[in-house]
Amino acid sequence: MIDEALEPGVQAASPTRSLGRFLTDVLVVAERNLISYARVPETLYFSSIQPVMFVLLFRYVFGGAIAVPGHSYVDFLIPGIFVQTVAFGSIGTAVGLAEDLRKGFIERFRSLPMARSAVLAGRTIADLCRNILVVIIITVVGTLVGFRVHTSPLAFVGAVGVLLLFAYALSWGFSVVGMIAPNAEAAQLMAFPLLFPLTFASSAFVPVQSMPSWLRGFASNQPISVIVDAVRALSLGGPTSGVVLRAVLWSLAILAIVVPLSVRRFRRMV
Amino acid sequence: MVEAGTVFGLLGPNGAGKTTAVRILTTVTQPDQGRARVLGRDVQRDARWVRANIGLAGQFAAVDENLTGLENLRMIGQLTQLSRAEATSRASQLLVAFELDHVGKRPLKTYSGGMRRRLDLAAALVHRPPVLFLDEPTTGLDPYSRQELWKMVEDLVRSGTTVLLTTQYLEEADRLASRIAVVDKGRVIASGTPKELKASLGSSVAEIELLDPTEMAKVVSLVEAGLTSRAMEVDGKLEISLEGGPRELKELLVFLDDNNVVVRHLTLRDPSLDDVFLSLTGRSSGSRSSGGGQDD
Repeated sequence: MIDEALEPGVQAASPTRSLGRFLTDVLVVAERNLISYARVPETLYFSSIQPVMFVLLFRYVFGGAIAVPGHSYVDFLIPGIFVQTVAFGSIGTAVGLAEDLRKGFIERFRSLPMARSAVLAGRTIADLCRNILVVIIITVVGTLVGFRVHTSPLAFVGAVGVLLLFAYALSWGFSVVGMIAPNAEAAQLMAFPLLFPLTFASSAFVPVQSMPSWLRGFASNQPISVIVDAVRALSLGGPTSGVVLRAVLWSLAILAIVVPLSVRRFRRMV
Repeated sequence: MVEAGTVFGLLGPNGAGKTTAVRILTTVTQPDQGRARVLGRDVQRDARWVRANIGLAGQFAAVDENLTGLENLRMIGQLTQLSRAEATSRASQLLVAFELDHVGKRPLKTYSGGMRRRLDLAAALVHRPPVLFLDEPTTGLDPYSRQELWKMVEDLVRSGTTVLLTTQYLEEADRLASRIAVVDKGRVIASGTPKELKASLGSSVAEIELLDPTEMAKVVSLVEAGLTSRAMEVDGKLEISLEGGPRELKELLVFLDDNNVVVRHLTLRDPSLDDVFLSLTGRSSGSRSSGGGQDD
């Protein structure tokens, strides 16, 4: 008996290229990544439990010893936690992509009549969705331990927008790391030395004024600090226009460099 | 050229270039030089057209183990231009055809190796490609799962699919392929039907165990010098191919007796593709000892 399910079709025409098709491909890949995330306990841990532990650690253990001018420490802290969490979360982009490469999953995608860049766009969109969840979790937990927005809801939405744009840019950046790394473990090892100094030598947890002068120049101008300062200004008040503009420019500049780099690397990869 | 509706086997050891050939033909990678065509279309110039008409199932089961069988197949369906509803019904249909419908709603990490490989094959067929590439589809599978997969490939070919199969298992090529090319170090060193390739070796192979195995090297050179060049040691046995078939056996035994070689055990068998490979390259294909491993 010949099963109808196994019968080949007639030769198909070349698939059309259109924006609609590209967006469908992106959404299908993003959906796959989101289902995958939701079913892996480790990703849930990194995007929920870990930031909550950081909030509690800095709020109740270290916080008492850190003096910040003009704010309560918890108000100062939460914008820092936002940026630190999305920054560390972007390692997930590198690890996931490296894993897909190792398992031959990308080969399968490359043999399909789909938009190739949808593989990268779909993954970074999925990471963006994950980051939105992370922001909600931290906002809820932060509020429970005393964090309050001192500006307006609209300004806070602006803060989240600045944060997510930066997170999106980092995801694209780390997609390059994921393609360079020979495997998922190496991707993680390559990502940490990049992110650790940027996250901790920043204004995320302590005022940069408390750092030695040789470090202060780097700490106050590197992108993580600029993003933290912008998110902080939009949540707590103070002059915003300059720092927010700088934050958005940093993210756009990173995107302008890493998106072409990532797409090119993906196209050329053998 | 591969005839439509048949299996063409690419046979060779690890590192022979089988996987590279498949990756070029499936547009996954670009050739350093030269041209390749699938269904008459250039794989570089008409890459998108080629992709719409081929399926690829590799030596790794390229499926997401966190997704269910249904979700995996539906995703591939949507990426091959089916609507979500069409992709869902095609996925269910394939799950039934591959006897996976009872586990269709479970994540793949709960599947056995054989089940994953079957799903991988199903994934390559979602868009009903006329041409299917199977890159070492049974590497690492247990004998039962291998048989199952072979049956499915045979069903596919009966339905009219053209298959390019790479394998390092001679038994697999012998069973599935109607034509075979033997490749080594990136070159085709022989091609033909399995029958032709075997016939090129004469009609029988004598496998001889010596009473004194330490004499093996001496006996091999003795036979080569005095009787036939088609003698070699394989896994501790002396293998001699008899071009004229069993009637040359008498001559062989007389020769051994004259030279005081005592035979402990003798078997006469038809030549296998392993013998073809051995005589072409001077080494065993590696499929006898352990199998497994990956191509680069």
